[in-house]
Amino acid sequence: MPPLTFPDSVPLSWYLILSAVLFCLGVAGFVYRRNVITVFMSIELMLNAVNLTFITFSYKLKHVDGHIFAFFVMVVAAAEAAVGLAIILTVFKNRHTLLIDEVNSLKW
Amino acid sequence: MTPFFFFILAGFAVFCAISLVSQTHPIASALSLVGVMGALAVLYLQLGAEFLAAAQMIVYAGAIMVLFVFVIMLLNAGAEQEARRVSRLARFVGMFMMAALLGIISFTIQGQFPNMGSVTFGAWVGGTAQEVGMLLFTTYLLPFEITSILILIAIVGAIVLARREV
Amino acid sequence: MDFIIISLIKTAIVAFVLLTGLAYLQWIERKVLAHIQIRVGPYRVGPHGLLQPLADVIKLITKEGFVPSHVHKLFYFMAPWLAVTLALIPIAVLPFGPLIEVFGHKTFMELTDLRIGVLFVLAVSSVGVYGVALAGWASNNKYSLLGGLRSSAQMISYELPLALAIAAPLLLVNTLSFREIVNAQDGYWLGFIPRWNAIPECVGFIVFLVASFAETNRVPFDLPEAENELVAGFHVEYGSMKFASFFMAEYANMITVACVGTLLFLGGWTPLFPAPYSNAVPVLLLAATGLVLLIAGSAPARKMDKYTFPVVGVISLGLALIFAVSFLVPVVQTILMALFWFTAKVLAILFVFIWIRGTLPRFRYDQLMRFAWTILFPIAMLNLLVTALAVALTSK
Repeated sequence: MPPLTFPDSVPLSWYLILSAVLFCLGVAGFVYRRNVITVFMSIELMLNAVNLTFITFSYKLKHVDGHIFAFFVMVVAAAEAAVGLAIILTVFKNRHTLLIDEVNSLKW
Repeated sequence: MTPFFFFILAGFAVFCAISLVSQTHPIASALSLVGVMGALAVLYLQLGAEFLAAAQMIVYAGAIMVLFVFVIMLLNAGAEQEARRVSRLARFVGMFMMAALLGIISFTIQGQFPNMGSVTFGAWVGGTAQEVGMLLFTTYLLPFEITSILILIAIVGAIVLARREV
Repeated sequence: MDFIIISLIKTAIVAFVLLTGLAYLQWIERKVLAHIQIRVGPYRVGPHGLLQPLADVIKLITKEGFVPSHVHKLFYFMAPWLAVTLALIPIAVLPFGPLIEVFGHKTFMELTDLRIGVLFVLAVSSVGVYGVALAGWASNNKYSLLGGLRSSAQMISYELPLALAIAAPLLLVNTLSFREIVNAQDGYWLGFIPRWNAIPECVGFIVFLVASFAETNRVPFDLPEAENELVAGFHVEYGSMKFASFFMAEYANMITVACVGTLLFLGGWTPLFPAPYSNAVPVLLLAATGLVLLIAGSAPARKMDKYTFPVVGVISLGLALIFAVSFLVPVVQTILMALFWFTAKVLAILFVFIWIRGTLPRFRYDQLMRFAWTILFPIAMLNLLVTALAVALTSK
């Protein structure tokens, strides 16, 4: 019986599938959770999954442009997190709640 | 060795992502997200993006998530009470639909792009600091400068919004 | 297979030296602080208190591991483990010496050298904030929470001037790998001034030192963890081994930051004078120490020193002899000289840490934060801009 050899490489599509799984889990958290900070963290999870896709394709095309795009995604996520958390703090100061279901005074 | 590390890291990342979505306490979710980012940083190293792996740990896991953890501690966010009355059937159908969606996406990816090639750790290390820096300051100089103005706007906005009313 | 065995041996040596060094760094600190404050320090446990670290370790291990009932159990146990692990990891990417050849195997005197070594150390110190923040929050105690938040806010605020101060010599050497940074600091200007980065980057070196005081929570920036402030801050609810973990993490951070400063600014293991003359320095230093101790041991001020001083004097003379005859085996001389210069520089920086602890009062928290953002950060940025301008004007 020939010896069992494992290839030393991983098919590229597995990275894309991992990225899809993480993205879907991010969507699930975004839709299902009630705490606004957890919703925000699910958004960050989605951004991370997209970063993985960029870097995977950058590996395939042997171009560093994918890394640059992922870098900009990271920077914009930082800016968004800062402003978003400041907004959450302000809403908390006024409504005294962190549950997005209860911030509904503009509903008809 | 690459498949071994890939499975460990991918498993850890998915475990932390599921933990992020299902934990009741926000701090546990935040730490799970830090775990996901750590696993992704090592996956970037496998894909040859060493500068971006370090930047992910310094910026994302070391600064942005610390900001999240601070806000959670300051707002004293407690464990979420599960008052939502979603029926068990709806939850089961939802998970099944999500698994079906994932299956369709994976099938499409494997079908449309069958010869994507494979990844070996160390086969291509093109994401060195020199390469990324060269591109960032020559081809992508304008987006770089605009991003720095964006960060300035974000700083001013965050300080104005979170300021104490005097 | 060869590589694995050599790596395991090197890991064992580095781990052993680091952990012993941690314990004895505490002894050195207590003795130096004591002599600054005109008292003796640990004196009874072993000659001149040399077994005090051992006694402390035994005490901390055998104390009752009390867990209060009101803490968040998972994070309470995770926080000291996180702090210690992240404090001990960066030592793996720091080189200690040049290429050596032992019994036919060529190897570098380091555990590994990453192409992005500097970024790795910065990344690990960024994530190290979580240990402190979690400890403060998990203790479920107002004072702990305030201490933990203040300490982590201080650490992330001072990371910026630290990173900018580190970026300035990187402009001069054009690489992120520690070994190449030290190799670029080889050689001498005018034949006798070493090419260390601290000479053109003196402002950067001072900013680095000040920022590293704040990063490691040392005086004058130790408000979040001082015993008489905020009831000792974030580690008030921790006892025995977990408390020891936090202190081990703090001393390991100090050693790491001193090693990084040596490698980036003080030239790593390159000697102060050109090579043939600098080999005489450790010999002369150790021989002089031995002679002084032997002479002082003949008419000592304290009775115990009639026995301890001559013993240490003989040990110093023995070490001087080893350094002197090491030229017969060149690889041993390379190892000994590299280790001597590296250790001398790291100990000099650690002595500055301890000296400042004994001399300066501590900052109040708002003074601390104002200092970081309005004084240190602009100076670091200005230093970086001036360095960049100088490099751009003088490069071809």
